[in-house]
Amino acid sequence: MSAEFLYTIEVILNGLLTGVMYSLVALGFVLIFKASGIFNYSQGVMALFAALTLVGFQDGQVPFAELINAVLGTEIHGFGWEMPTILAILCALAVMLLFAILVERIILKHLVNQEPIILFMATIGLAYFLEGFGDLMWGSDIKALDLGLPQGGSFWIEDMTVSWAAEDSGFYGMYIDKLDLIAAGVAVALVVALTAFSQYTRIGRALRAVADDHQAALSVGISLRFIWVVTWAIAGFVALVAGSMWGAKSGVQFSLSLIALKALPVLMLGGFTSIPGAIVGGLIIGVGEKLFEFAIGPMVGGATENWFAYVLALIFLVFRPQGLFGDKIIERV
Amino acid sequence: MTDAALAEAKAAAAVATTDAELSADPAPGEPLLRVSNIEVIYNHVILVLKGVSLTVPKGGITALLGGNGAGKTTTLKAISGLLKSERGEVTKGRILYRGRDVAAGDPAELVKSGVIQVMEGRHCFEHLTVEENLMTGAYTRTGGRAEIARDLEMVYTYFPRLKERRSSLAGYTSGGEQQMCAIGRALMSRPETVLLDEPSMGLAPQLVEQIFEIVKSINEKEGVSFLLAEQNTNVALRYAHYGYILESGRVVMDGEAKALRENQDVKEFYLGMSDQGRKSFREVRSYRRRKRWLS
Repeated sequence: MSAEFLYTIEVILNGLLTGVMYSLVALGFVLIFKASGIFNYSQGVMALFAALTLVGFQDGQVPFAELINAVLGTEIHGFGWEMPTILAILCALAVMLLFAILVERIILKHLVNQEPIILFMATIGLAYFLEGFGDLMWGSDIKALDLGLPQGGSFWIEDMTVSWAAEDSGFYGMYIDKLDLIAAGVAVALVVALTAFSQYTRIGRALRAVADDHQAALSVGISLRFIWVVTWAIAGFVALVAGSMWGAKSGVQFSLSLIALKALPVLMLGGFTSIPGAIVGGLIIGVGEKLFEFAIGPMVGGATENWFAYVLALIFLVFRPQGLFGDKIIERV
Repeated sequence: MTDAALAEAKAAAAVATTDAELSADPAPGEPLLRVSNIEVIYNHVILVLKGVSLTVPKGGITALLGGNGAGKTTTLKAISGLLKSERGEVTKGRILYRGRDVAAGDPAELVKSGVIQVMEGRHCFEHLTVEENLMTGAYTRTGGRAEIARDLEMVYTYFPRLKERRSSLAGYTSGGEQQMCAIGRALMSRPETVLLDEPSMGLAPQLVEQIFEIVKSINEKEGVSFLLAEQNTNVALRYAHYGYILESGRVVMDGEAKALRENQDVKEFYLGMSDQGRKSFREVRSYRRRKRWLS
């Protein structure tokens, strides 16, 4: 096999793996949009906040340490112990659940029956609040998140692929990050679990019912407030998964919340209402931007990854506004 | 005493007497649900119901008749608690179910206590299959799976058509099937009272007849009470036991279904029959004015 061909395969594989990471973020948007028609602007910040909380618990940081020190004049920073990763994940989950309950109690409850744009504005406010709150609670320094997962290129894959090309072609094997592979596995498991939950459980069925018709769901006795808490809690869980995968890859810091911007084109491509759409959209964007950068990038001076996804999304908006997998509008003839 | 004060005192007296009458555990034929003198306001300004009172006996089919905008749907929604999600609120009067005031109730609570509404225009969950739709009706139930499976079979015996379509998406079924699906879904909650809103809407006459037959047999065999809002006065009065006629947010007439069917005014205005040929519109208006004073 020629080296060019193998390079292309490597680019596609890396694109797919990056795409999975985009999908993880997009999933959170889809869940909330489906259940309540709210475009949750704060999803990216939720991922950041979840990752911060995870690191905080793991390192045994005292929440609000800076605030406590400033008010009481003390000098505390950490509890002096480190929490096992599993326990820290459970604690972070509990915090996201509490967050979902508070969002429903403090914000959503009062905005029932308001226009979607008003709910959207509320989530913008929530995003900025949460950003500041996360800083206040855990500090604004850049933190490394170590989940104990293997990182760096897989030698096994490199060794296996290096023999595929001719000896003197200068091909040293494919570089595939182990963490990316694990993230892909986690994403698949997450989607399978979410699908099983929404298809086969009573509450999952209620979630889909609410997504279809609020009024009818109310009429059969489904409590919308409970369903909202459930959806936000699930979205918080997805945010935790996305945040910790991205955080393990590139550190937990403010720019983590900007991954939400990458999720937007994914949603436009896949449709705002479809979980498979979020996955396939993410994969297409991931592969598309990597291949474009590889093939066309050098001709236009590179850095195409920043805008390619948006151009692709714009083209989709023109020709297929509901996205690839957006809800079919059922029309009986 | 001024007129207003007099009316208020009368209303208060009426409420007091209804409380005493309404049993928490009525026998068949005794009042199960009593709406007394309710007023409903939408968006804080639009007065839709101007004092509606009615009684639903246990085990009966009660019809709520009237034209577009008379307040039938609003009355049902006031009872089921769905009004609040549309910015409506009950500002006066009481709604008693089994002797308990449910006017401020939450729809989920009402479904648990046995009152469920089948909304106008079917409102099936389009992207769920017919069977999943039916299962959502059992959402509030705490009983075991076996019990729910048994009720699913019960619904399928009343609506064999739904069994054939059980795995198709509800959005792709016909209007009649969707109506059956909506009624079946309500039955899955094991209701004592079903508030059925406009079941005949948009359906062929034959299908309307079929659906009313099923409602009648559910009423007879399962003992479910129905409060039925209908524009199709003719069909409704043939299946109901008792009827109320609403006009512009007031009850203008009520009586046994049979008596209403024989009533000259009802025949003329709702059934389109008359002994003396067509009346002029002027007389129609005076009739309405007269009837308002009566209520």
